[in-house]
Amino acid sequence: MLGANLAAQALGVRPGLPAAEARAHCAELMVEDADPEGDLEGLDRLALWALRRYAPIVACDPPDGLVIDVSGAAHLFGGEAAMLTDMVDRLAATGVSARAAMAGTWGAAHALARYQRAPTLVVESDQSGGAIASFPVRALRLPEEMVAGLGKVGIDSIIELESKPRAPLALRFGPQLTRRLDQAYGRQAEPIDPVEAPELIQVRRAFAEPIGAPETLARYTLKLVEALCERLEEQGLGARKLDLRFHRVDNRIEAIRVGTATPVRDVRRLTRLLCDRLEKVDPGFGVETMVLAAPIAEPIIQKSIASDLTEAPVPDVTGLIDTLTNRAGAQRLYRAAPAQSDVPERSVRRVEPTAPETGEGWPLRWPRPTRLLAWPEPIDAVALLPDQPPVSFTWRGVRRRVRRADGPERIFGEWWRRDGELDAVRDYFQLEDDAGGRFWVFRRGDGERSVTGNLSWWLHGLFG
Amino acid sequence: MPAEPPRPVFETLRAEIARIEVNGRPRKGVLPFGLETVDRMLPGGGLVLGALHEVGGVGDCAVHGAASALFAAGIAARTRGKVLWCVTRADLFAPALSQVGLSPDRLVYFEAGDEKAVLAAFEEALRHGGLGAVVGEVARLSMTASRRLQLCAEDTGTLAIAVRRWRKQADAADFGQPTAANTRWRVTALPSSPLPAAGIGRARWLVELLRCKAGETADFELEACDETGRLALPADLADGSLASSPWGRRASS
Repeated sequence: MLGANLAAQALGVRPGLPAAEARAHCAELMVEDADPEGDLEGLDRLALWALRRYAPIVACDPPDGLVIDVSGAAHLFGGEAAMLTDMVDRLAATGVSARAAMAGTWGAAHALARYQRAPTLVVESDQSGGAIASFPVRALRLPEEMVAGLGKVGIDSIIELESKPRAPLALRFGPQLTRRLDQAYGRQAEPIDPVEAPELIQVRRAFAEPIGAPETLARYTLKLVEALCERLEEQGLGARKLDLRFHRVDNRIEAIRVGTATPVRDVRRLTRLLCDRLEKVDPGFGVETMVLAAPIAEPIIQKSIASDLTEAPVPDVTGLIDTLTNRAGAQRLYRAAPAQSDVPERSVRRVEPTAPETGEGWPLRWPRPTRLLAWPEPIDAVALLPDQPPVSFTWRGVRRRVRRADGPERIFGEWWRRDGELDAVRDYFQLEDDAGGRFWVFRRGDGERSVTGNLSWWLHGLFG
Repeated sequence: MPAEPPRPVFETLRAEIARIEVNGRPRKGVLPFGLETVDRMLPGGGLVLGALHEVGGVGDCAVHGAASALFAAGIAARTRGKVLWCVTRADLFAPALSQVGLSPDRLVYFEAGDEKAVLAAFEEALRHGGLGAVVGEVARLSMTASRRLQLCAEDTGTLAIAVRRWRKQADAADFGQPTAANTRWRVTALPSSPLPAAGIGRARWLVELLRCKAGETADFELEACDETGRLALPADLADGSLASSPWGRRASS
């Protein structure tokens, strides 16, 4: 028995049991023959998926892992932790239970992903050595017999191994042991050989002499983009994602990734996007090969632009959206769209800036404040019950006398979201103070039945 | 007092200066407010497209920036094409902006982590040239930064509006510092227009033109933007008693 799913494990079937004993635990157990080649193929497919979705440098870490170099790609997902969560959630949605960890080195991340409990974990580069110290030596990607040999001499955890003198260890177990240890602690570089697929559209350029000057890199970026666009044009495709990898002379790979909102085959625009991020690339002692790939390419749908004599066409701004998105991350750029809710903070949802224009809007007749506070702030208000607006209120330490008021606008809780909102009511009032400041306040409760709210007053927004 | 007829020698000089200023680029025209009182104070009869304009507030409004944002939204709503709004604090309420004519389909928000990123995006968007207007919410706007924005706006003819919004009221003194902006406006909320019944009428603002390149300063009491982004003269002042001539207030006081 090599592996068992969660349901089987709950019945006591564990990896390592003989098949007959496992069947004794559970008569309906489905047993499949082990298929290492099939597993590897599946892992390859998974690596390709990760390459398309997450980062330009992805490799298989057999038998059951993937290693991804996320430098320069995590910000597109809103940070490293958000990226890992996205990864684990997406895999879980397809029925694959996974754990992800991010650390300064491949070795440390490998150990953290397999020997800690949390489904996702981000460890800073300078702390990854300390984070793996208590793990068993098996976590260092060592062969089975070496782990057994270390156990015989009484070394079980990484910290024990780290504190021993190195020369005798190397003499007894060979250079692999100290190399794995150094790789995990970041003392020795470990290049990741990225997965490639024949169907990926990519162009490559090798240099006789290593290059490193920013303007040289920019020039060859342009040449690569030109070559790639020719390839794309042959197939009638446009790039949605572009990876530019720099293979350095010291065997490290630097990579940048840019995405576009719509398929693009415009040389100038793509070069601009890539060159915008060139400053993030550290060429080190020089770059000997540059590879430009389009992991996601989609057919370009040509639209005929009707010539309209009455008015000029509205210019296309997807180029600008791409530039800003690649610089700051996709969730930073958005449009607001109406949502089906009367509760103010739920009536707006964010959509992608290139989402189709629906022409929908909010009702124009109801007063809505220009600035909506992120959270309503409690105010002290003096008001007559049940439905009079306050005559004065104190907000942020300033007492204001209400000169004019309008309201109430009653908004009911959405019982289908939460049980607590079944009876909840908010009465919104528009208030104007002596100086002309206009405020949007609400009272919890309708003033008659106590289940609808506790009659506290809150300030929710400011009118212009 | 009727305005003095312009002398021809001044006119030729003005034309000469204008020719030097645009530096061979085509002139981009203006966006009028549609109010004769306001447009008369602006050279060319409106806000110059392809230029930076500053809007700020005083007192509470310096911190919340509600009236100044709405004023900027009203201007942006009257341009053509998409509008980019760069912010550091995402507290704009889209339904209110759609009520002054800036429909959600046209408005793209960019939420930056800091002011530097806001200025960078602001500049990038102006340089692109395909947008109708770009609005940026910043507290500090140095001469260098505003000059860069102004030059980018001139190049493409995009209307640029910097909404000045500070973290503390005390920081608002920064609004007195010079910038390269074409005009500088200060918008203060006034008590709303009186209604015959209880309730709140259309909002009123004191709109002060603090600085205007090749123009004079002025202040107006106006009614806030309607659903197409247009300001209006209050009905009780529309007979021209208050701001009828650039010199009216000064002469009467």
